[in-house]
Amino acid sequence: MAACASITMMFGAFTSAFLVRQAAGNWLEFALPGIFTLSTVLIVASSITLHGAFIAFKKGAAPLYKGLLIATFALGLAFVVVQYEGWQAMKDLLGLPLGTNPSSDFVYLISMIHAAHVIGGVAALLVALIHAFTLTSGPTPTRKLRLELTLIYWHFVDILWVYLFVFMTLQS
Amino acid sequence: MANVTTQQVQTEEDRLIQEQGFDDHFHEHHHGDKYQSNFITTYIFSQDHKIIARQFLITGMFWAFIGGLMSLIFRLQLGFPDESLAWLRPLLGKWITVNDAGLGTLAPEFYYALVTMHGTILVFFVLTAGLSGTFSNLLIPLQVGARDMASPFLNMLSYWFFFFAGVVMFFSLFLSTGPFSGGWTAYPPLSALPQASSGSGAGMTLWIVSLVLFVVSVLLGGINYITTILNLRTKGMSLWRMPLTIWAFLITAVIGLLSFPVLASGFFLIMFDRSLGTSFYLSEIFIGGQALDHVGGSPILYQHLFWFLGHPEVYIIILPAMGLVSEVLSVHSRKPIFGYKAMVFSMLAIGFLSFIVWAHHMFMSGVNPFISNFFVIFTLIIAVPSAVKVFNWIATLYGGNVRFTSANLFAIGFVSMFISGGLTGIFLGNSAIDIQLHDTYFVVAHFHIVMGVAAFFGMFAGVYHWFPKMFGRFMNETMGKIHFWLTMIGAYAIFWPMHYLGMAGVPRRYYRFDVFETFRHFTEINKFITIAAMVVFAAQLLLLINFFYSIWKGKKVTTKNPWGASTLEWTTPIHAGHGNWPGKIPAVQRWPYDYGKDGKEFTPQIEPLKEGEHDGGH
Repeated sequence: MAACASITMMFGAFTSAFLVRQAAGNWLEFALPGIFTLSTVLIVASSITLHGAFIAFKKGAAPLYKGLLIATFALGLAFVVVQYEGWQAMKDLLGLPLGTNPSSDFVYLISMIHAAHVIGGVAALLVALIHAFTLTSGPTPTRKLRLELTLIYWHFVDILWVYLFVFMTLQS
Repeated sequence: MANVTTQQVQTEEDRLIQEQGFDDHFHEHHHGDKYQSNFITTYIFSQDHKIIARQFLITGMFWAFIGGLMSLIFRLQLGFPDESLAWLRPLLGKWITVNDAGLGTLAPEFYYALVTMHGTILVFFVLTAGLSGTFSNLLIPLQVGARDMASPFLNMLSYWFFFFAGVVMFFSLFLSTGPFSGGWTAYPPLSALPQASSGSGAGMTLWIVSLVLFVVSVLLGGINYITTILNLRTKGMSLWRMPLTIWAFLITAVIGLLSFPVLASGFFLIMFDRSLGTSFYLSEIFIGGQALDHVGGSPILYQHLFWFLGHPEVYIIILPAMGLVSEVLSVHSRKPIFGYKAMVFSMLAIGFLSFIVWAHHMFMSGVNPFISNFFVIFTLIIAVPSAVKVFNWIATLYGGNVRFTSANLFAIGFVSMFISGGLTGIFLGNSAIDIQLHDTYFVVAHFHIVMGVAAFFGMFAGVYHWFPKMFGRFMNETMGKIHFWLTMIGAYAIFWPMHYLGMAGVPRRYYRFDVFETFRHFTEINKFITIAAMVVFAAQLLLLINFFYSIWKGKKVTTKNPWGASTLEWTTPIHAGHGNWPGKIPAVQRWPYDYGKDGKEFTPQIEPLKEGEHDGGH
């Protein structure tokens, strides 16, 4: 939880820097590429599947739990790939490579640092996957806690992205 | 006879722990073997909080030596600008140029590098990691009654991230272009354009890498401190029974966790500007007549992000010192701390206010004067909780049976420094007076006294007081007292005159003053300051000698509780192993400041309340 507060402060700093800089003028207005909507759908879906996996795990429904965990992992990876496509779209379709104007640079910066945090979450999911297929013990308190921590973090980066997406959409 | 009595006290304590204590079956699992099986796991990659505390302390002392030495070199330049520095050539190499007459001069760009590194090293490596890292690690588990930190592994990582941050910074000192030289605040454009100055290239790259590693270290440490304090308190240790040290570390960790990420944000923007061609901080700039591509950035944006950490950072430095001083003053005055709850609430108030005053560092940077009003008001409000604390410390001393040990002398010295430095803060907090005083030696004097010397005094008080717990031996008291008086008088001799320089408008960070007609008559004062600085530095060598001599040769501690303190760390064996208590964890029955109650000199926290007895903290 403390880590979440910490990351919140960091993105709070980015978005307030965004607003301060925007107010200073010389700000290029542009619409966010549509592909970021797709990535938003993906990450929201992955949160739902992971939550399902957690419930299935607590009930001891192993096949469902494993299936949903794989789905989450795939969706998480897909999110990162789509974000990359989003940066390509900004560069090629909109003609706004890095260094054009602070308005687009902020979008790059925020989404890149967020993606770095998602990759951290994907790593945690990978550990959860390995545990799911190698550990034979049922839902012990330790395993439950581990999965729950992964779940909290994953929901956190999901909600964070939804906030950032809405923020950047409204501002552009 | 005396020995017999101590013996009885010890057995009495052991009996209390045995009867009332909490059995967590710790020793049945043989953790000790896993953690401390050989030299490397015991002393190097240790996961034991007591070893990690010593690692933080000794690394901090190393950096304090380096940072202090740097200040001596630039003080020599300021005090004696016409004297030859050729004799420093073996140490500084090409940064000293020797002319035909044999006169050696310090390169101006290296002067800036020294000032920058002195600030960075002292603020982050010594007073953040060396102070809070050392004592949070040592005291949190011992005083809340825990076997170790919540995550010993993260705790170890926290130290090693700090260590590698130090390695990177140390390496940057030896670059042929010199370390970063744009001031410890690293304002753009000097920090954002590699071509801006000689230190802005590789020097700045290493500086920022080092500090990002450092932020990681602070965050890992902070998460651990908070979790341990909130979750691993022993039976009976309610929040209102925690020693003030623990309150201070808790609030410090929360502040650190909320402010350091904002600094990291600021650094990421710098990295983008440096490497990826963005213009977050860079507006239209010419270097050497050449126009750069950058347009439309705002360097003020960096100042906001930096000082959003920068101001809380001074409380990250001073709050642990305040906690240590409260504890030391109470123990050595043989009196309960005056106004325990007021102390906690004032620390909470300081912690909260620290987040809404940052722009008082930017009054002259072009922020809207109406916004300045807001920051002036909140800045001045900080004087209220600070004054509450000062009055409580004085009231704790008042009428006490004061023992003038080295630890207590430094704690009293802390109060003196905090008052002197705090009062000048009231001047600087006013945006109107700041027009005259900003960027002068008045500022230098203010922050050195209030957060530099004061924090060092808190740290020294802590070192002298808890040295017996760390190493099972005492430090030499005579040397300690000489160290105190030289430092106390010497520090005032350095910084008191600087106020007058500042009021006369002498700007900070200048390479020499004798070339300005306005400042020429301050030559003698600058000489005086430099000589005082040399004396104070020599006094710190005394501390170093005392410290390392006492580790091996100091007077041995023969009782568990040499100071007669009531807190839990003194119920552990003299050389506590991994897990801190050999048997059960002691249970806490009362608040930590029962001194001189009911005719007893002190009552340990583990002693049950008597029928109808009132618990001080509640």
